Amino acid sequence: MMETTSAYKLETQTLEINIGPQHPSTHGVFRMNVVLDGETIVKLKPVMGYLHRNHEQLAENMSYLGSMPYTDRLDYICSMTNNFAYALAVEKLAGIDVPERAQYIRVMMAELTRLVNHTLLVGFLLNDLGAFFTPVLYAFREREKILDLFEAVAGSRMMCNYFRFGGVKADLPAGFLDRVKEIVNNYPKFLDEFERLLSGNEILQARCQNVGILSKELATNSSVTGPLLRASGVNYDIRKVDKYSIYDRFEFRVPLGTVGDVYDRYYLRILEMRESIKILQQLLKQMPEKGEIISPKGMQAAKTPRNWKPPVGDAYARIEAPKGELGFYLVSDGSAKPYRYHVRPPSFINLTILEDMCLGYKIADAIIILGSIDIVLGEVDR
Amino acid sequence: MNIEEIKADIEKNIPGASVTMEGDALIVAKDHLLEVARFLKGNEKYRMDYVSCVTGVDYLAKGYLESVNHLYSMEKKHGPVILKVRVPRDNPKMPSLVPVYRGAEFQERESYDLLGIVYEKHPDLRRILMWDEFEGHPLRKDYVQEDQDLP
Repeated sequence: MMETTSAYKLETQTLEINIGPQHPSTHGVFRMNVVLDGETIVKLKPVMGYLHRNHEQLAENMSYLGSMPYTDRLDYICSMTNNFAYALAVEKLAGIDVPERAQYIRVMMAELTRLVNHTLLVGFLLNDLGAFFTPVLYAFREREKILDLFEAVAGSRMMCNYFRFGGVKADLPAGFLDRVKEIVNNYPKFLDEFERLLSGNEILQARCQNVGILSKELATNSSVTGPLLRASGVNYDIRKVDKYSIYDRFEFRVPLGTVGDVYDRYYLRILEMRESIKILQQLLKQMPEKGEIISPKGMQAAKTPRNWKPPVGDAYARIEAPKGELGFYLVSDGSAKPYRYHVRPPSFINLTILEDMCLGYKIADAIIILGSIDIVLGEVDR
Repeated sequence: MNIEEIKADIEKNIPGASVTMEGDALIVAKDHLLEVARFLKGNEKYRMDYVSCVTGVDYLAKGYLESVNHLYSMEKKHGPVILKVRVPRDNPKMPSLVPVYRGAEFQERESYDLLGIVYEKHPDLRRILMWDEFEGHPLRKDYVQEDQDLP
């Protein structure tokens, strides 16, 4: 135990406590082992694995297509982007092409997912700050409209299982694009409303500004990705760098933070949602009216999944998921099951610097710093 | 990024380093991994400042464990350079990348936990997903599941 003395020469001791695993602020079953000096954090170790189900081994014991629905359950807020990354990895492994219309549908789903994720994150961050459930309910109201779209297209609201290798499962139902248009047109109004409520709020600013600062150098060195990295001022967005799928056809900016504190991370997500809306507006104008939604080679994999064998080799594909870089590393030995299947989960790796961000701040700040990282335990523990 | 050029640059700058190409990956001897990583990170031309994916594969039939590292550059926005290291299954020790890339910390713990690769000089090499008392490494290909005889 570390011992410190107060101004009145009173003997004090540090205190070790566990936040979690059953604690509402940990967004699931996650534990922070914290050593406190008064209210100040002097040590913090994240403990995880409570939700571990060895997702990778499960996937290695079934066909390639068989693990597509399992990827939904990694980051269960954003099942569409998980599908996207896995489909890209298998397409890279087997050399499958994707038809034009399917590309547009994919990007549309990915950007709608980004809206869902960021809206929800801002709501829950405010929950952690003590604004109990008012902002979350506004967030839920908007998320519901997008989940209705997912249900219309995939038959399921959260576990979409919508992507296939070489395309998507089903074409868009009648009148779908009009519904997307309506959401895209109304979303900026909602964001303005959200911002009127939150961005200038004095309590939010006092709690978030200059808290949990992450420096540019540490962020890069510790493989932090996504909004957390960009809030620290590093311009790295895989949609721009890799230009996977058809992201080179849209004009959008990459918002960057300046300080790298919790407030920057909050505000950056609002700005990213505005950019996603821009992408969706351009997408709706460019999208071809008719066309194939799955390529013939992909159709083969979808029709006979247990006999479908990609060539021997390995492939790594990554996308800019709402939480950061989501990657899949696959090794094929020429059989119908992947020899190795590895997920590179963004929220797991973003936790590496949790301790560095929390040291020296109060215990109440640790809660919002964790909230601003944006973790989902289904993905952290796999 | 030309992989042959990278190989030539590594061999020119690190005397004695043995690098072989296999597909689009570079296979590095474990004794030179840290030097190669430091070179790629510091070199003006490459600036590989970001390790994206650190994982391992168990090649049971060939008798080795392979560690796979994907390096990218955030500054120059290029990549990846794929570094693979092979260690024997019965003595799976290799140097940790954490002194060069902090981002490898949790990923190496995971691959130690599930595959049993021992990363030397890792600051905190403990199990991360399985519990501490757990025996064995579930992602090894010869791992026996408790329930695998059940229908």
